[in-house]
Amino acid sequence: MQDSSLDMLRETFKIVVVGHVDHGKSTLIGRLLYDTDSLPEGKFEELKAVCDRRGMALEWSFVLDAFQAERDQAVTIDTTQIWFKTQKRDVVIIDAPGHREFLKNMVSGAASADAALLVVDAEEGVREQTRRHGYLLHLLGVKQVAVVINKMDLVDYSEERYGEIVREVTAYLHGIGVEPSFIVPISAREGDNIAKKSTSSPWYKGPTILDALDRFHSVTVPSEQSLRLPVQDVYHFDHRRILAGRVEAGVIRPGDEILFSPSNKTARVKSLDVWDAPPLLEAHAGQSIGLTLEEQLFVERGEVISHVEDPPVLSTVFRARLFWLGHKPLEVGKRYTLKLATKTATVTVVGLETLIDTDTLAHRPGTKLERNMIGEVVLRAREVLAFDEHVALDKMGRFVLLEDYDVVGGGLISMEGYPDQRQSLTVRSTNVYSVEHTITRENRVVRNGHKGGVLWFTGLSGAGKSTLAMEVEKHLFQKGHQVYVLDGDNVRAGLNANLGFSPEERTENIRRVGEVAALFADAGFICITAFISPYQADRDRARAAANRVDSEAFHEIHVSADLNTCERRDPKGLYKKARAGEIQDFTGVSAPYEPPSMPELVVDTDAKDLPSCVEQVIDYIDRTFQVE
Amino acid sequence: MNHLDQLEAQSIYILREAYNRIKPLSMLWSLGKDSNVMIWLARKAFYGRVPFPVILLDTGNELDEVYAFRDRYVKEWDLNYINAECPPYEETDPELTHNARSAARKTLGLKQVIEQHDFRGIFLGIRRDEQAVRSKERVFSPRGETGEWDYKDQPPEFWEQYKTEFAPGTHVRIHPLLAWTEVDIWRYIQRENIPVVPLYFARNGMRYRSLGEKDITRPIESNAATIEEIIEELQTTNTSERAGRTMDHDSEDAFERLRAAGYM
Repeated sequence: MQDSSLDMLRETFKIVVVGHVDHGKSTLIGRLLYDTDSLPEGKFEELKAVCDRRGMALEWSFVLDAFQAERDQAVTIDTTQIWFKTQKRDVVIIDAPGHREFLKNMVSGAASADAALLVVDAEEGVREQTRRHGYLLHLLGVKQVAVVINKMDLVDYSEERYGEIVREVTAYLHGIGVEPSFIVPISAREGDNIAKKSTSSPWYKGPTILDALDRFHSVTVPSEQSLRLPVQDVYHFDHRRILAGRVEAGVIRPGDEILFSPSNKTARVKSLDVWDAPPLLEAHAGQSIGLTLEEQLFVERGEVISHVEDPPVLSTVFRARLFWLGHKPLEVGKRYTLKLATKTATVTVVGLETLIDTDTLAHRPGTKLERNMIGEVVLRAREVLAFDEHVALDKMGRFVLLEDYDVVGGGLISMEGYPDQRQSLTVRSTNVYSVEHTITRENRVVRNGHKGGVLWFTGLSGAGKSTLAMEVEKHLFQKGHQVYVLDGDNVRAGLNANLGFSPEERTENIRRVGEVAALFADAGFICITAFISPYQADRDRARAAANRVDSEAFHEIHVSADLNTCERRDPKGLYKKARAGEIQDFTGVSAPYEPPSMPELVVDTDAKDLPSCVEQVIDYIDRTFQVE
Repeated sequence: MNHLDQLEAQSIYILREAYNRIKPLSMLWSLGKDSNVMIWLARKAFYGRVPFPVILLDTGNELDEVYAFRDRYVKEWDLNYINAECPPYEETDPELTHNARSAARKTLGLKQVIEQHDFRGIFLGIRRDEQAVRSKERVFSPRGETGEWDYKDQPPEFWEQYKTEFAPGTHVRIHPLLAWTEVDIWRYIQRENIPVVPLYFARNGMRYRSLGEKDITRPIESNAATIEEIIEELQTTNTSERAGRTMDHDSEDAFERLRAAGYM
């Protein structure tokens, strides 16, 4: 009887079995389960009955091929997993389809494995999918590979044939930088060299499959690397503001000074919070955690937390080795959605440098990367991205691409030939281009990656309009958006210097601001205005001006705070002066304020802190200004 | 990190990912051991709250102890609970076997509750080691408008970049426990002290290994009356977990057909 507490210390190890179609992957697994007495009770009898019904010899692969269609066609369609124990480990075996058609399922199975068995038919030798799978294992990050030469019974357990295939397969794997851990001759059907040494191949001195499984190295979690913690979400279920995410590399502790990329904000970690337990003293790679900061800060999903002295690369452009699963080919000029850790962004293919032939490993030029091919591309994002080169930190250096709603490719990042833009970020400017009258609004939307429009902040003096507007502007700018704030005081210093504060002059002030905001919207900008704008009629006129550009360009946002709160804040000392009678027609004191009857959004600065308000507005903008 | 820590961290990551990307969400709570672990993980992920409704697909035919457990823990865990009443037996396809018709009631009940609330995402506590067809599942598994599973064309899923973007009309089933095994579940229940329906523990030489409706679930012979004994029993048994679920065994592809039609 095993002691369950000792058993807890056993390691779970994931093995994927890949290789060309019909080279015997599923059979190997079925046999392995049978030989180690790991089949559930009755499974073997059930299997025999199914095969008898079909009038066929015992088919081991049926243990795994669960779908009716798989059994009918004797083809593995999708990846599956099955559990069994060796002397040393709990093993999860992942069976991956060998058929070219189902490469995306092979990739799904293989990507999470700690090690791989690459199965080669002794008669047929290395074939197309043997090479492709070998190459993909390498790209997916599976670093330990054992080659299994199957069907040795069909070549009379010939040592010579074994040697030929060993030479062929190692030559190929060397070419892609893979050193096989073992090369085992077996017969899955006959059970040779699987659980026990075969007497038919006395010349073979290496391990059996079962031994090989135990001899693979444990995969270590990268705690020694630089800290990388992509923000997954921000929670405020209670008084705390918790940044949630998983540590992808390194270690984080309370008191650490941390940097957010790409926004370049810094903060100090206050605590690592856990539900129903004391806060953590440290968190390591692999842990899903939540942290609070010493100061309130607006950050959002996709930002990468690092230590200040050891940040990720910042860039809008990078190189990638990419495997393509899409039905439509990848081409220069096409746009895709990129997902890198928790970040989502739009990228354009600016270069297709080379196509890699996985049969010959030759590189050749091309204009299209077709389904199931591998190539090197250059991608450019509209906004600055934070990542690492794949060779430096694999989890932060790999990404997937989406077309429409589907994952169509996976890639590994290299910065070869491109500089880290971290130093130049603050002077990043938009491209200069000449404006011609033939440029349409759609042209601008496509270039900017978002729609133009007006966010009209209205509310009492002291409600927080300008503070909020400036924060939102900064944030949108960092995301690479075209954004500009029209602020009351600034406009009155120039454009509207000739206007006073009588109701008529206020109306004219707002009319002009409304027209200017509409021009900005037409120019493709997200224009934020921060004016008390007390009258609904004036705001309706501003709406009409903006909506001449686009019927959905105007967004009325009520920045709401109680009069008492505003008067207490009194940032410019105006309420004091108004109460003292020094200012006439002051909104809320001696002039009316008409709250919006149907605003698109209400931001309550009484109830919420600034970061939450900023977040609310950014959320709204993400939803309404994004391009379909 | 030990094996259970790794599983926990991965499941929390999945729960948080779904909560951020897919709205509105809900979770199926069969009240069995797996879905209790799933709720526990949600409370860990979201700091004591379960920020979406939990649903029981109620056939009115669950075991009495299951209902008692529900009444207690809806309160203690402060759950936003939806009791989804499944359509009557008569509304299911009469061509099916008795077992399949019972399962079909749950499939119909699930479709109804999804439609009613327009859920885009549903968490389910299924595991790959339960059943060969389940082992082919994705963590984020999209379903068609009528709930069917296109198992021959599942999305690629690698590097934990899940499918969270969908065409209108699709919804997604999210499986945070897919990588867990039955023993993992019990070890975690033991470690975290998670309450379970007492039917799992042996009385008079019998216990339930898997809970379902009264008339289609059978207890197994067992003397395992504590979690330690259950874990010990699982180390040595070769009997599959769902052996007591009669609906899996009607025909060679009984379970596959149930799942393709939208069964959990």
